Amino acid sequence: MNNDENALDRRSFLKASLLSGGGMMLTVSFLSSFKSADKAEVLNLPDQWAALNGYIQITADNRIKLICPNPEFGQNVMTSLPMIVAEELDADWKNVTVEMGPHDNVKLGPQFSGGSNSVKMYWKPLREAGAAARQMLRAAAAQTWNVPVGEVTTKAGVLSHSSGKTAQYGQMAAKAATLPVPKDLVLKSPKDFTIVRKSRKNVEGQKVVTGKPLFGLDYRMEGMLIAMIQHPPAFGMKLKSFDAAEALKMPGIKDVFSLKLYEEGFEQAGFDTRTFNDLLVIAGKSTWEVMNARKKLVAQWEPAGEVQDTMAGRDGKRVVTVPGALESSQTQMAKMAEYAQKPAQELRKDGDPETAFKNAAQVIERTYTAPFLAHNCMEPMNYFAHVTDEKALLVGPVQSPGWIEPTVSKLLNLPPEKIEIQMTRMGGGFGRRAYNHYLSEAALISRKMKAPVKLIYTREDDMTYGIYRPMYTATYRAALDADKNLIGFHVKGGGIPEHPIHANRFPAGAVDNYLAEGWQIPSNITVGAFRAPRSNFNAAAEQSFLDEVAEAMGKDPIQFRLDLLKKAKENPVGKNNDYDADRYAGVLELVRDKSGWGKPGSEKYNRGVAAYFCHNSYAAHIVDIVTRDGQPYVERVFSAMDCGIVVNPEAAENMVQGAVVDGIGNAFYGALTHKDGAAQQTNFDNYRLIRHNEAPKKIEVHFVQNDKDPTGLGEPPFPPVFGAVANALYKNKGRRFYNQPFKPELDKVM
Amino acid sequence: MATFNLKINGKSRTVDVDPATPMLWVLRDHLDLPGTKYGCGIAQCGACTIHLEGNAVRSCQLPVSAVGKSSITTIEGLSEKAEHPVQKAWLEHDVAQCGYCQAGQIMTAAALLKRNPNPSDEEIEAQMSGNICRCGTYVKIKEAVKSAAKK
Repeated sequence: MNNDENALDRRSFLKASLLSGGGMMLTVSFLSSFKSADKAEVLNLPDQWAALNGYIQITADNRIKLICPNPEFGQNVMTSLPMIVAEELDADWKNVTVEMGPHDNVKLGPQFSGGSNSVKMYWKPLREAGAAARQMLRAAAAQTWNVPVGEVTTKAGVLSHSSGKTAQYGQMAAKAATLPVPKDLVLKSPKDFTIVRKSRKNVEGQKVVTGKPLFGLDYRMEGMLIAMIQHPPAFGMKLKSFDAAEALKMPGIKDVFSLKLYEEGFEQAGFDTRTFNDLLVIAGKSTWEVMNARKKLVAQWEPAGEVQDTMAGRDGKRVVTVPGALESSQTQMAKMAEYAQKPAQELRKDGDPETAFKNAAQVIERTYTAPFLAHNCMEPMNYFAHVTDEKALLVGPVQSPGWIEPTVSKLLNLPPEKIEIQMTRMGGGFGRRAYNHYLSEAALISRKMKAPVKLIYTREDDMTYGIYRPMYTATYRAALDADKNLIGFHVKGGGIPEHPIHANRFPAGAVDNYLAEGWQIPSNITVGAFRAPRSNFNAAAEQSFLDEVAEAMGKDPIQFRLDLLKKAKENPVGKNNDYDADRYAGVLELVRDKSGWGKPGSEKYNRGVAAYFCHNSYAAHIVDIVTRDGQPYVERVFSAMDCGIVVNPEAAENMVQGAVVDGIGNAFYGALTHKDGAAQQTNFDNYRLIRHNEAPKKIEVHFVQNDKDPTGLGEPPFPPVFGAVANALYKNKGRRFYNQPFKPELDKVM
Repeated sequence: MATFNLKINGKSRTVDVDPATPMLWVLRDHLDLPGTKYGCGIAQCGACTIHLEGNAVRSCQLPVSAVGKSSITTIEGLSEKAEHPVQKAWLEHDVAQCGYCQAGQIMTAAALLKRNPNPSDEEIEAQMSGNICRCGTYVKIKEAVKSAAKK
């Protein structure tokens, strides 16, 4: 993680070689621009991820192939990362083709898509990769033309000298590959960018619109079998026995068997979250045959009781007890309310909050809740596996191949070099595909069947197998003095099975007396990262609460936040405040100005504002609600973002618009509830996702223009949408909404 | 099992499958046409949308035995080189994020525009609402449908 600790001579990691046919291949391994401060955001990144690498291939006939290191799940890295290389290479984008890289953490770096980190972590290494190759091409031209290298210029893939000599990159590539790798690299000034900051179309767009096989579910191999897993009907249950006689009589069915994912005491790494450990597997020739035969399976289930899991992540080896109860949402809510009254872990304390609240003229206290959420990637979980005694080929959707490889290696007892993981384009990720138990399951099934197998989760499997966004609650308290000044702030948050609190986030640093506390309730319902983990709840609760506090203080909600940020900047309270007050204020001012906030012209709308900082970028939204057919409808949204340099503006706008739509949908409808351990939502007929007619007519996205190194966009715009929706709903309905999703409560008050 | 002669993307194709097999799986598993996507299997998400005699239908709910002599068009047959106005508009507006639902969105939009070359915003919303995009590209989709309508 920390580059300095692993500082290696750059030259030792730069390798150029000749391509067959006389071209250049530059393999670059640079030190990461990761900062240790990012640790919390990206969860448990393996330590060895300091070195990053990139690939550039230039053929003699001037084709430039750039290898995308990171998996693609819709965040458009297959376009944006190569754009960064091409910029410093000074390539002609028209001649660039892009290929998804193989899984090779030595050559290609972390290869992890998540935490809104792709562009951020690859920005510097990929620029240096491009600049090094450009420098070597210039040197090759200088030698060939017998002129000083300083006089060789480049533009759009062409080398030139004032004498009139010119050459395309391809002509110099073979020679360049034999030259020493430059020691000192000069990177472009942002004002000289010609590719970055100019919108480039998705490099796989053509394949998407013509239905080419891009996804894991599309992957085929001759003789491949289809496998599915019949899982217990509820969390807290396990397989007791089964009778496969009828299922085996069905056409196309090859086998039915049970399998353990992890043997007793198996040391699970941080992302080896399992859903169910005893797997009842059915496999056959085609998807439909397996789906049908599955209905004939007869299985007995029994309570699993308490289960011990051995975890061996970054925090060392520890045994975790998973409770055995069959949980229901109603009892979970009651339990959360009970825990909220108990003492909790202190996460941060500034000043003397106790006295501030005791002396307050007015205390505002509000409690917020949010349910489990299913990721609902449009492409359900699946993986292809072909495992033999010698090697394993694994193909499918994966956000983090480097995390699952050691696990698969242990499960299959094969060394990592005998395991090939291929990354297909993913039909959505949202954090779900960082948990690759389905890859492990596919590998074990293939080994057992001695055949190539594709494991497919049906939509019902995908929705009911777990790895949800946790269930959260938080109680916020604000203390106001007699002059309506904010003198104390207290947040106490909890959840099943983790609390949501980011103790050092705004308004920490802006209030003299501040207290943040957290508590958690263990559960057998499995959870994982979901687009902006924890932030996706905090921003909803905190930003709604701040709206209410501003109102009590008689202040405009934007000005109220700006005043707090001014204090956080000029006179910060406490230490480790993890946001930049200027940039935070910047997005609020931008969205205020662009939306005409407080100005005439928007009278028909009920407006709500919210802002948030997470995953290194800043976001603010103004949501405009109208009443349509008697229902509140978000017709228009203004968004302001600060993610530094915007690499690919049109795609960035798309990403923000998507996050806004996703946020509105989940705020109104998103919920995964349980009864006696069983998910009550099983498919899109009873798990409501936002649809075309419910999406805003317009989402206007504005970016703060600056030359700061770029940060991510996949997550940051998402969390504050919830708060902005809640605040606009208040204006529309005249009452506050504290419990997500809002639609059931809205229906009650209509 | 039974043999079915199907007209798909202008070609005759023969399959030997269980008559109840949905066209979705006939296309994907038996005819190597994986552009048509599985999303829910219960006609709720639209990812599996194909054209049956030019009308948008959910192939997950269409048993192969019900197709008869009707012609089927899949995303692969709409235009192999992305020359259909809807595909062009999708590229022009760079609609896709993950891209998984987009074949279904395009097939629904293409059928809509064939029937109604100048749809209003409300008509677009109503017609497209059976197609879920989990990435939330709805704003771009609507822009693309409108721009395809002009062509």
